[in-house]
Amino acid sequence: MSADDIEPGDAIHRGHPVIVDRYTKGARINHWITAASLVLLALSGLALFHPKLFFLTGLFGGGQTTRMIHPWIGVVLFFSFFGLFLRFWKANLWKREDGTWLARIRDVLTGHEERLPELGKYNAGQKFVFWSMSALILVLITSGVVIWDQYFYEFTTIEQKRVAVLVHAIAAVLAISVWIIHVYAAIWVRGTIRAMTRGSVTGGWAWRHHRKWLRELAAKLPNGRSKTTHAK
Amino acid sequence: MFPPIPNPTTKPQRPTFGAQDLIRRSASTITPPAQRQTEVAKLIDVSKCIGCKACQAACLEWNDLTEEVGVNVGVYDNPHDLTANTLTLMRFTEWVNPETDNLEWLIRKDGCMHCEDPGCLKACPAPGAIVQYSNGIVDFDHDKCIGCGYCVKGCPFNIPRISEVTHKAAKCTLCSDRVAVGQGPACAKACPTQAIVFGSKDEMKTHAEGRIADLKSRGYANAGLYDPPGVGGTHVMYVLHHADKPEIYAGLPNNPRISPIVEAWKGVTKYAGLAVIGFAAAFGFVHHLIAGPNRVSDADENAAERLADGRRWRS
Ligand code: HEM
Ligand code: SF4
Repeated sequence: MSADDIEPGDAIHRGHPVIVDRYTKGARINHWITAASLVLLALSGLALFHPKLFFLTGLFGGGQTTRMIHPWIGVVLFFSFFGLFLRFWKANLWKREDGTWLARIRDVLTGHEERLPELGKYNAGQKFVFWSMSALILVLITSGVVIWDQYFYEFTTIEQKRVAVLVHAIAAVLAISVWIIHVYAAIWVRGTIRAMTRGSVTGGWAWRHHRKWLRELAAKLPNGRSKTTHAK
Repeated sequence: MFPPIPNPTTKPQRPTFGAQDLIRRSASTITPPAQRQTEVAKLIDVSKCIGCKACQAACLEWNDLTEEVGVNVGVYDNPHDLTANTLTLMRFTEWVNPETDNLEWLIRKDGCMHCEDPGCLKACPAPGAIVQYSNGIVDFDHDKCIGCGYCVKGCPFNIPRISEVTHKAAKCTLCSDRVAVGQGPACAKACPTQAIVFGSKDEMKTHAEGRIADLKSRGYANAGLYDPPGVGGTHVMYVLHHADKPEIYAGLPNNPRISPIVEAWKGVTKYAGLAVIGFAAAFGFVHHLIAGPNRVSDADENAAERLADGRRWRS
């Protein structure tokens, strides 16, 4: 049995309630650097995106500094996200149950988790966020460098820069939308946010949303008392 | 000959146009003034230009700019391109006319065309950094410029340059400061052959007609005026001996217009983009109202405890 979705540091602790370690301290720091840079990028980028949002440049000390600092935060985001990518890609590989989960998206949205298949560490929605962010950040850094005139002006033609700025704007809109969905999901599914603050979730949370992952972890508990069982 | 603009008086004068005369302001919605001022224009008669670069020197002089000493690579163009200091540049082309087999030395004074529909202004994200006065002059406001380079992408003529020193955009102002006190641009003032003249746009068109008739009588059958309609016409126009192929004049665009990519970027992308983001946020909000929070139940916790304790569990 290959457990792609068990990451280093994932562990289960007996107790009342059961506590399941989900993110190591390193992963959490990595995540929050990424989150902070993404929010700062969205704010500084949106300031230039629409005249009605230009006032956001005030957060960064004016238009000139906003223009100057945005690409540098982008560089931080790129490397920071790359760290997350290395940590999480394996657990985000597509599995058969993800198709079933997606097909029953109605039950997902209405909270009928009992009608969904047992899932590993991530569900298809989380995997969607992971892979779309990976692709979008790649597109954003590439197009961003093309329009980073201060250092890279002479390497591309104006026509290429026009395409790049359009692509950058569209990719940014999509990235911000995916980010909103990501944050909303974390709020909607109560008990999720502590995974990124304290690093752990309750056993009940894991049972409800990622039962396959929980079973895999329980099977690794010492003294062999626990056995993987399948409900139904 | 077009009558030159007389020398200025030494008495202080009030500017004839200013902030109240804006018809366009970048990244802003404004109410244009009820009355438009007479549209001005600069006419550059390429057939009369002798390539002396007096205009180029006058431009540096009036705007108090200095160009770096360059490198000679065997062409007359000096510097090799427009820069944040060189706001106007003589571009030299050696062209062999296939009909006559004559070598023609084409000299075009390059610089901002002061488009009626300026792509630079359309692309600019900084409110008020690019303005258009009702007399047609397109001007950059350095205090408001953030140096993003969007005007460079918006311009169909490849004109604006970002200064590596100040990180602000620069281009020809059509000497808006001189025009405001009744003077013509410094380049026109300096031109020894009257290849550059300045006046109202109508006067310039009439003057151009005479020049074109003269050129036609000398065998330039395709002589004509360059006032490209794709950008709504320009407030800098050329008389060309070969108006049917402007591109031979160092790549003067034939039928320029604001790039459709720029139009899409500055048009539908802005509205659709904000709508998509708004929709994502609204979806979350409405979903939470309808579905309520997804909470872990005590039964879930108990099940997890039984699993961890190794007891068999059946649902
Ligand atoms: C990953 C590396 C990134 C780089 C190198 C980069 C670079 C740039 C550059 C050079 C600009 C032009 C303005 C300026 O010079 O500051 C820009 C604009 C922008 N960026 Fe980025 N960026 C990156 C990531 C992002 C991300 C992650 C977002 C959003 C989540 C974003 C959103 C935007 C937006 C909305 C604009 C304005 C586009 C417009 O005016 O239509 N960028 N970016
Ligand atoms: S030529 Fe370029 S810089 Fe000049 S007004 Fe037209 S778009 Fe703007």
